[in-house]
Amino acid sequence: MGILEVKGVNKRFGGLQALGDVNLSVAENTVHAIIGPNGAGKSTLLNCLVGKLIPDTGSVMFDGQSVLGRKPHEINQMGISRVFQTPEIFGDLTVLENILIPCFGKRDGAFRMHAFEQVFHEKSLIEKAEAILEDVNMADKKDFHSASLSRGDKRRLEMAMCLVQEPKLLLLDEPTAGMARADTNNTIDLLKEIKSKRDITMCIIEHDMHVVFSLAERITVLAQGTPLVEDTPENIKGNPKVQEAYLGESQH
Amino acid sequence: MFGLNSKDTSLLLVVAVLTLLAPFILNPFPENSDLAQFNAGYPDLMQRFVIFGIFAIGFNILFGLTGYLSFGHAAFLGVGSYAAIWMMKLLTLNVIPAIFMGIVVAGLFALVVGFVSLRRSGIYFSILTLAFAQMSYALAYSVLTPITGGETGLQIKPIDRPLLSNLEPGEIGRANLFGIEMGNSYLLNVGGWQFTFNAGYYIAAVVMLIAFYISIRIFRSPFGMMLRAVKSNQNRLNYTGLNSKPYTLAAFVISGMYAGLAGGLMVAMDTQVGPERMFWTASGEVVLMAILGGVGTLIGPVLGAGMIKYMENILSKINDAILHQWFAFMPDGLENFKVAIIHPFIGKGWHLTLGIVFMLVVIFLPGGLVEGGQRIGRLFRRKKRKDKPSPDATPAE
Repeated sequence: MGILEVKGVNKRFGGLQALGDVNLSVAENTVHAIIGPNGAGKSTLLNCLVGKLIPDTGSVMFDGQSVLGRKPHEINQMGISRVFQTPEIFGDLTVLENILIPCFGKRDGAFRMHAFEQVFHEKSLIEKAEAILEDVNMADKKDFHSASLSRGDKRRLEMAMCLVQEPKLLLLDEPTAGMARADTNNTIDLLKEIKSKRDITMCIIEHDMHVVFSLAERITVLAQGTPLVEDTPENIKGNPKVQEAYLGESQH
Repeated sequence: MFGLNSKDTSLLLVVAVLTLLAPFILNPFPENSDLAQFNAGYPDLMQRFVIFGIFAIGFNILFGLTGYLSFGHAAFLGVGSYAAIWMMKLLTLNVIPAIFMGIVVAGLFALVVGFVSLRRSGIYFSILTLAFAQMSYALAYSVLTPITGGETGLQIKPIDRPLLSNLEPGEIGRANLFGIEMGNSYLLNVGGWQFTFNAGYYIAAVVMLIAFYISIRIFRSPFGMMLRAVKSNQNRLNYTGLNSKPYTLAAFVISGMYAGLAGGLMVAMDTQVGPERMFWTASGEVVLMAILGGVGTLIGPVLGAGMIKYMENILSKINDAILHQWFAFMPDGLENFKVAIIHPFIGKGWHLTLGIVFMLVVIFLPGGLVEGGQRIGRLFRRKKRKDKPSPDATPAE
């Protein structure tokens, strides 16, 4: 029984069958990649996991509880954090404040009327936030306006915002999309480092085979909304069905 | 001090000193001089400065922090006023229950309006709030005449017998605070100057300082940080495990309560209310105040409110006769020419001046008057540094 169990999920958009009978099991403490050509339904599947979309049929169980019908913030409070394709951060806030927000969310829940307390009195949370910034090598930038960061730093910041919540599952939606090779390698190193430092389950949706084969322990291949095969990276590489559906296409 | 950091404490103290010394500061010109008409130190106007300051501070908590632009905030001001005057008519002429009732009723009304309007964001939110405010105006103007007095509004009349105030038969009640009447003033004559210390002004000023202090606390609180996060990236906030809806609703209700407080204070000062207080121009005015002063800054809205109220009351008083007096030393033709040029910008044309000032501020100082102040401050600092290099910049030995 994995930490995330997707069973028989279907999703239609009008006449388009975006997801057809998707079954997926993500084991705890592994890095699981979901790959597939454009339009295979990777993002639709991810959106079903975080509460942005509700599947037509099927079940999504996380840690023994169903996530269907819950709002994004509720699902996050259950322990699923998400990294977006383009880094989503609070651009008007400082780097430290960006980290403090998930800290407050973790401690106080989805809403608390703490209008008369002062942020600068929350010493223990600030220390926690500074420690995580140290972890992603951004401690020297804590007072920066986060909109002014480079793209790579924004990605680091977003990861730190997710990590400070100590999520059980980290979802990454094409974390290296549109990045140069050097940035991609930096991101791979960052993710490897994150994985080596703590027990965390990661689910990566990715296009870039280089990223997938350097990180993933299990790979699910989606094609036209249906899982084609699920296996270890070595077996996926040698699988002729996958070659045909996906890898063959991209190795022009 | 007061649980604030040193910068905010000094801001609060400066504002407190300026507010309490306002009767001096706003009356810089001797009583008999030509410039006396630019004096703003009379009770009615000073009261308006601080009351609209409160209104704008509250509006800024919503607009400045969350970015939700409400175009119907005058509705809460009006509702607060009606609630307050009914307290005075029925219960007591003491202003405290009236103001308290104004806050509570406006807060409840804001809860309803906010709950509905916050289902949408951006322009649709603004339109929804505008619709609510115009409905409230229409209700007060006609449908609810028995409660609101319709077009003429409500005043305290000789027949009003508040339960707890012992009035002589036929005596018209006057608003007071434990016996201190709002209209009481103490005049101080020094040389050619006359300074007015008005009880109503000082009560309103103390309330404004408390309101300002609370707003600083909100700005610096985790709650305030969440509101800024809503403005910056609501999507991210939701995916970070925080529910943005109650945060925005709480901000909306708080700013509605500030408006109710301002409405209650207005009634406390002049014991009357009319439906025009809820008209959409009144809602637009507070938007102008916030933008003119500096959206999302602590002191900006108060400055904006002061500036608009000053122009409304002082510029509109200047008429052609006064202009002719000023330019009397010139040859007749030139005098008439100058008067004709300035004429559209004064008196009833003060809106034109306001419009031009507003455009200039938005184009050249998007951060409002506060940004202007900061730029001047920076300019001076740079100049000083150039004039005499600071000691640590010169090499030691």
